[in-house]
Amino acid sequence: MASRPERIAPPEIFYDDTEARKYTSSSRIIEIQASLSERALELLALPEDGVPKLLLDIGCGSGLSGETLSEEGHHWIGLDISPSMLDIAIEREVEGDLLLSDMGQGLGFRPGVIDGAISISAVQWLCNADRSSHNPRLRLKAFFTSLYKCLSNGAKAVFQVYPENNDQRELIMNAAMHAGFAGGIVVDFPHSSKKRKEFLVLACGQLSTNASLSQGKNEDETRLSDDDSDSEDEENQTVRNLDRHRHLKRQKKSKSGKGREWILRKKDQMRRRGNDVPQDTKYTGRKRKGRF
Amino acid sequence: MRLLTHNMLSSNIKGVVNGFPLRIEAEKVLEKNVEMNSDFLKKMFEKIEWKAFVEASRGMGYTELPEEADSSMLDSDEFLNRFHHALLELHLEEGALVCPETGRRFPVRKGIPNMLLHEDEV
Ligand SMILES: C[S@@+](CC[C@H](N)C(=O)[O-])C[C@H]1O[C@@H](n2cnc3c(N)ncnc32)[C@H](O)[C@@H]1O
Repeated sequence: MASRPERIAPPEIFYDDTEARKYTSSSRIIEIQASLSERALELLALPEDGVPKLLLDIGCGSGLSGETLSEEGHHWIGLDISPSMLDIAIEREVEGDLLLSDMGQGLGFRPGVIDGAISISAVQWLCNADRSSHNPRLRLKAFFTSLYKCLSNGAKAVFQVYPENNDQRELIMNAAMHAGFAGGIVVDFPHSSKKRKEFLVLACGQLSTNASLSQGKNEDETRLSDDDSDSEDEENQTVRNLDRHRHLKRQKKSKSGKGREWILRKKDQMRRRGNDVPQDTKYTGRKRKGRF
Repeated sequence: MRLLTHNMLSSNIKGVVNGFPLRIEAEKVLEKNVEMNSDFLKKMFEKIEWKAFVEASRGMGYTELPEEADSSMLDSDEFLNRFHHALLELHLEEGALVCPETGRRFPVRKGIPNMLLHEDEV
């Protein structure tokens, strides 16, 4: 993100037909968004009872993030403000239902009906005032308050965000806390400027005893990984500091990403969906040297 | 948009007290087969507003749902099949959703409801 798209134009203008298509046909972007979504879903820590859930994908764009939810068998409702992105989502025959909607206007769902929400690379857009009538603080408030309402008790929402600076981070976090959410920020690869990824992990309502994710308590640091999957290898371990005032602490141990096998599997999936995917070669999944 | 989503949606216009259910104006409805998952249906049954669901399904031209339903019916395959079909296989492709309180129409094009509010509705 050399130049921040939010600085260029409002989202529904920035993501026009050309940009939406460009975005969705970049294999690099597809891969990044897929892995961010997988990570978000992991942090969502849904009960592993084998029953599909009803989830939201906020700022779903062309469906790259939602596809991860479908792959895990969940139903989802995606909302986005860009008609062009949604057009591509239709073209790609995503399985979620789509709504043309501005999250800054608040979400119109009945109370307590949604099992969880993810949002990948979208919420930072709310920090910008694109019209004279826009007040980021109010829009964030409308968004988080309405989200809180529609989530079922104990449900979580995970947002992968690109705040431009600490003010934006605080702005987003405060709005979430004011709406009643508890939670904090999880940082993956905190010391790599390229790979650093930030997730806001929020929980709603009274959580069951094993799942207390209360605000600013360090005892809770590990629960997100502890109480569910064993799938989390130490490799990609990240900071789990749910104290919102202190972000980074510990570093992950290795740099390796998802590995060749994961990439091959992913590429295969994309092929089956009829996407244009580069051939597999001996270079596939190799670590790149230098800049790119 | 499927009725699953319709049943969760409500009108979000400023000042509206009861924005649920949005009335369906169907111009074009599509059917797409989806594999049935009875566990999901059972979970969803607890959340569905049945009356609104039945009404919506009629608006989409499907009239096989019972007026009333309780959880004991989830043991019946026939019921599950109908519930499944109405919930997940019917798609409102073209038409509109209408706010029950204000009559404001939210157009649906290519299966996507346009829920964007005008500035004076926020
Ligand atoms: C970088 S894209 C990410 C799309 C998708 N989540 C993915 O992972 O590929 C950001 C998306 O956020 C959407 N967005 C920005 N502001 C929004 C708003 N106020 N309401 C809804 N969507 C918004 C944009 O239209 C865009 O599709």
